[in-house]
Amino acid sequence: MDNKEKTGARASWARLLLLAPFVAVLWVPFYNSIEPKIFGVPFFYWWQLLWVVLGTVVIGIVYRIEH
Amino acid sequence: MDTVATTVFVLLFVFVTVLGFVASRWKRGDLTQLHEWGLGGRRFGTLITWFLLGGDLYTAYTFIAVPALMFGAGAIGFFAVPYTIMVYPILYVVFPRLWAVAHRHGYVTSSDFVRGRFGNRWLALAVAATGIFATMPYIALQLVGMQVVIGGLGFDTTGLSGDVPLIIAFVILAAFTYSAGLRAPAMIAIVKDVLIYVTVFAAIIVVPIKLGGYGAVFNAVDVNKLLLAPPPPDGSSLGQYAAYATLALGSALALFLYPHSFTAILSSSSGRVIRRNAAILPAYSLVLGFLALLGFMAVALGLSKDPTFAAGFKQYGNNFSIPALFMASFPSWFVGIAFAAIAIGALVPAAIMSIATANIFTRNIYREFINPACTDAQESQVAKLASLVVKVGALLFVFAIDVPYALQLQLLGGIWIIQILPSVLIGAYTRFFNGWALLMGWAAGIGTGTWMAAENQFKVAIYPLHLFGTTVPCFIALSSVAMNIAVAVIVSLPLNRVASDRHKDVTVAGDYA
Repeated sequence: MDNKEKTGARASWARLLLLAPFVAVLWVPFYNSIEPKIFGVPFFYWWQLLWVVLGTVVIGIVYRIEH
Repeated sequence: MDTVATTVFVLLFVFVTVLGFVASRWKRGDLTQLHEWGLGGRRFGTLITWFLLGGDLYTAYTFIAVPALMFGAGAIGFFAVPYTIMVYPILYVVFPRLWAVAHRHGYVTSSDFVRGRFGNRWLALAVAATGIFATMPYIALQLVGMQVVIGGLGFDTTGLSGDVPLIIAFVILAAFTYSAGLRAPAMIAIVKDVLIYVTVFAAIIVVPIKLGGYGAVFNAVDVNKLLLAPPPPDGSSLGQYAAYATLALGSALALFLYPHSFTAILSSSSGRVIRRNAAILPAYSLVLGFLALLGFMAVALGLSKDPTFAAGFKQYGNNFSIPALFMASFPSWFVGIAFAAIAIGALVPAAIMSIATANIFTRNIYREFINPACTDAQESQVAKLASLVVKVGALLFVFAIDVPYALQLQLLGGIWIIQILPSVLIGAYTRFFNGWALLMGWAAGIGTGTWMAAENQFKVAIYPLHLFGTTVPCFIALSSVAMNIAVAVIVSLPLNRVASDRHKDVTVAGDYA
């Protein structure tokens, strides 16, 4: 039991959330465009940078649920 | 030569050298044990692991090459961002399992795991050799990154005398790695990462202000480079869309199979530390994303047309865009800090890579095939010596071979390393595969991957596949590992019936939790 505590909890259904970043960045035609721009940054760039942050959020949520 | 920048650069370098030697006393352990020298005693907590993995994965070469690719080729260079987005869910799910089984059985390398899981020493040898051959050119590329900034400081890096700064840096690196093992790069990584964050944040604030905002930066870039070229409307090809997506996915699947990443993961103190790091490591990806945009800023500043930097671009090509950007935008003392960040950023991964390959050589070749009766102290000593040999090898590599060749070999390395995916990643979940079938799949993957790369004269990582009447430009690593898995499945089916090797598995389900 002690070891289980140490290495982490059971896998949960929340892990399906981890697929979201894959869909978001592998679906290239969706984001390969200039508009809409934010602060002059084309969609192609801010969409992917946004998913760096959202990727962290998703993993953080799954971690919270599992521990 | 820029005296101020060079002085700052040298001072920071001396500082990390001292740290490297002090590190042998940090979290003190018995360095005559391989897991102490080569894995830091598996004692690193969340924060140290964050610095170590960050310093290990986001290398000096990355910091030079990604912006250089954006500078030269445009949007396709941004694939580094989706790549580092997808890598962390994989880290979160798979690697705590591998950490757990490695901890339980005292495994130091991925090849150790494969040996225990499949009980096939030849498969384990193939995994070991793949790791060593894929890593060598990677170490050499770190030196290339270092060479570019030394050149940027105003030193002539051509000819025999030009190699002297690099040799000095390498002797230092070799000495502290030998004495302190993985503790040295772990400690230095903290300095490196702080310097990198400071440098990148300064650049992404100061340079756009100079240029008149991010809008101006993007407006200065050729519109054809701002986006991926859309595929032809008749559906005959998936064009750059497929290239971009497969580059990102294939790279993400390969990253943690590299020995230096695996070593850094195993050095953490628990599976929980790995999961936490999967959530906080993307901070580096954000930095990498902004850094990639520095390539566009270099375009907007018109650096390639600036006569001050003409010689640099002539010698180092687009790799000179980042050094030139800093020299054009910052005072000398800050250029010294930025260049030190890159050079120290080369030392950290180079140290971990040489330790990782030394671990593999010692565990999976020396102990397995040459001297099975060796003591733990002998094992650790051999690893220390092997780390020296690896570094001398990488140094000779840089002197003997032109940069384009090092790049081509690194491209091949990426294609090769992914071929251990069925044995290591899938092997962490299922014992369906037969050891011999995995070996045949490995050979098929290495063969097709190398063949496709050769068809491209080893220059391009994308090879067009023709599927159902459509051309799919696909990252070679991904298509060749698909071939690998297909062969491994087809050969496993009959072998599992007539010559099952499942009884050789020394791990049990509970080891992975």
